[in-house]
Amino acid sequence: MLENEAVLDWNIIPAKQNDMPISYKEFNASIRNSIKNNQKRIKLMDVLGQRFIGAGLECSGTDPIEIEINGIPGNDLGIFMDGPIITVKGNAEDQVGNTMNSGTIIIHGDCRDVAGLSMRGGKIFVKGNGGYRIGIHMKEYQNQIPIIVIGGAGKEFFGEYMAGGILMALGLKFENSHIVNIEKAISPNLGSGIHGGRIYIRGDVPDAYLGVGAMKTQFSEEDMRLLLPIISEFCNYFNVDEEFILEKAFVKITPGSHRPFAAYYTAKPI
Amino acid sequence: MADNYQCVMCQRCALMCPQNAIKIEVNNFQYAPHYNYDDRIRRIIYEQSGSGGVLLASCGCDLPYHHIFDDLLLDACQVTNPSIDPLREPVETRVFVGRKLAQLIPEIDSRDVVLEMEYPPNLEIQEPLIIGHMSIGSISYNACSSIYKAAQEVGTLAGTGEGGLHKDFYKYKDNIIAEIASGRFGVDTKYIKGAAAVEIKIGQGAKPGHGGHLPGEKVTKMISETRMIPQGSDALSPYPHHDIYSIEDLAQLIGALKETTEYQVPVGVKIAAVHNVAPIASGIVRAGADFITIDGFRGGTGAAPRIVRDHVGIPIELAIAAVDQRLREEQIRQNVTIFAGGSIRYSADLIKIIALGADAAQVCTPVLIAMGCTVCQSCHRGLCAWGIATQRADLVQRLDVNVASKRIMNLFKSWNEELREILGAMGIDSVESLKGNRDRLRYVGANPRIAEVLGVKHAGE
Repeated sequence: MLENEAVLDWNIIPAKQNDMPISYKEFNASIRNSIKNNQKRIKLMDVLGQRFIGAGLECSGTDPIEIEINGIPGNDLGIFMDGPIITVKGNAEDQVGNTMNSGTIIIHGDCRDVAGLSMRGGKIFVKGNGGYRIGIHMKEYQNQIPIIVIGGAGKEFFGEYMAGGILMALGLKFENSHIVNIEKAISPNLGSGIHGGRIYIRGDVPDAYLGVGAMKTQFSEEDMRLLLPIISEFCNYFNVDEEFILEKAFVKITPGSHRPFAAYYTAKPI
Repeated sequence: MADNYQCVMCQRCALMCPQNAIKIEVNNFQYAPHYNYDDRIRRIIYEQSGSGGVLLASCGCDLPYHHIFDDLLLDACQVTNPSIDPLREPVETRVFVGRKLAQLIPEIDSRDVVLEMEYPPNLEIQEPLIIGHMSIGSISYNACSSIYKAAQEVGTLAGTGEGGLHKDFYKYKDNIIAEIASGRFGVDTKYIKGAAAVEIKIGQGAKPGHGGHLPGEKVTKMISETRMIPQGSDALSPYPHHDIYSIEDLAQLIGALKETTEYQVPVGVKIAAVHNVAPIASGIVRAGADFITIDGFRGGTGAAPRIVRDHVGIPIELAIAAVDQRLREEQIRQNVTIFAGGSIRYSADLIKIIALGADAAQVCTPVLIAMGCTVCQSCHRGLCAWGIATQRADLVQRLDVNVASKRIMNLFKSWNEELREILGAMGIDSVESLKGNRDRLRYVGANPRIAEVLGVKHAGE
């Protein structure tokens, strides 16, 4: 009965009415209302593509907002979000964590394209695969260092335009009760246009996969110290054996230059 | 090393010389005359063959493309309808920014008529003129301060540009349009929720289809805090928004911003005037934008590749006429407020662009000129002698915020009075009635095809 007691803590908001999905406008308004009424642990049921869940929600660490999503949230999950913790019990669509400032998004499935676009802080953990252009133009500022971990593989242009933060692809595949390694955790055009931040790929990265301005850098003990707490957080969310992840080495990708286009322009008056 | 090319012709030395001893004249020594390969072309080639780089420029296009504004004349009343004396009679210049309802649906009670409808958010501006987007970074703290102060006093709006809003300027939030551009610099919930309106910048008249590049040396401590990026790092704005590849995607970002602001503020979209502007604008309205800013090819910039600044886009006059016409045909014109930018040089241009179909105009370069800018076209070098387009403290302190904001206010007052003069002469008592009123324009230029596209009759017709 302990489970039922825990459920009592949550405010349950269904995303369906009379067997039809509710519009995102109505659905998000009820989420905001719940928060205004100080019910900050929210369980969303039967979510079917409703967009903008968690858009612009703000909270502090001492008074957290927790949202659990059952079903498939639509695009722009957690856009502009600043603080809440969102757990998705399923797959997510495009632009998870778009321009997010802080908070955590945990996805127990795959996420689609452009996750973490322009993200400035917070964390995104994806158990499965990511789509194209994951972590595009993510940036960091002072003590805000955004983190994205893709458990499986990321498609092309992983970390494009990257200006800061930590981006990882682990190359794992979850098969029924056990985990296997997939051959390549990454696709071509990796880190194209990167001018800040660092990408860590578990397993091999062919040189031909490196995008414009991206280069391989020596993976050091310091990098390992940086990654260990992130890996253990990932393993904790998805019940993965940490040792298994550490069996395979990481490749580190950084910008060839922080000023890739410094010599591109000439400012002399004509 | 002495290099006379480093002089930008700001003329500060002459204007500030205590002895009045400096006179500046163009040095008439020139290359051998050649109409085709004139001095400008030759200097471009010399510079390109020296550096191999892409040439940068600033301000707006300075090539002598013909101004269509200068071929348009305004109408006035004679005999058959009376003109209005704007000094004694009311002539309304207020404009409401945002989506308007297509129709009012009254509920008729037994005694009363009730209009209990959901009204979209609208902003009131005191004249059909706002200050465009100039970011802190492209212009100085003092210049931003002067602009926001003036906007508040005048009762109009000013854009932030893609640089975020400095913490000191949140007190002006009721007069601020917060720009969301492709780099998302300085964009957080405080910024989005703390403005009178939000605007997604897709394009800019000076550099359609181009991104942005603030070089690391301009990212000072203050710029770093406002844009929320590390000091000294390059700020690269991607060419497109990577979450907008279609009208549907644009609708999505508009939706996200409306959700974030809980439908309390108008959300707009800014595009550059390009060849296909009318159908694009139609798509933007259908995507849910409450206002559109259309920026003509002469629009200004803090830095843009010269090739883009000088050769890409179309004139604002044609763009506005085409967009207004298209939206009227599709019966969606009332869904949106149209701002026109891109070299609205003085009040005559303002009046003509409203008659061609804009709700209001936005200005940048005239505001800079009001503050002391001499249009030397060197903003991108960050050495502005007038403390406007620079981050160097010794230069920035030259700009007196009180004086500069007062001058901007005066400029706005002057344009508004001149607008009222013309409205009075036309016998129109509200600027709303001038909007898209092309019958009050006549064309006197050489190309009747232009008049046709504008939907304006030739003089004498």
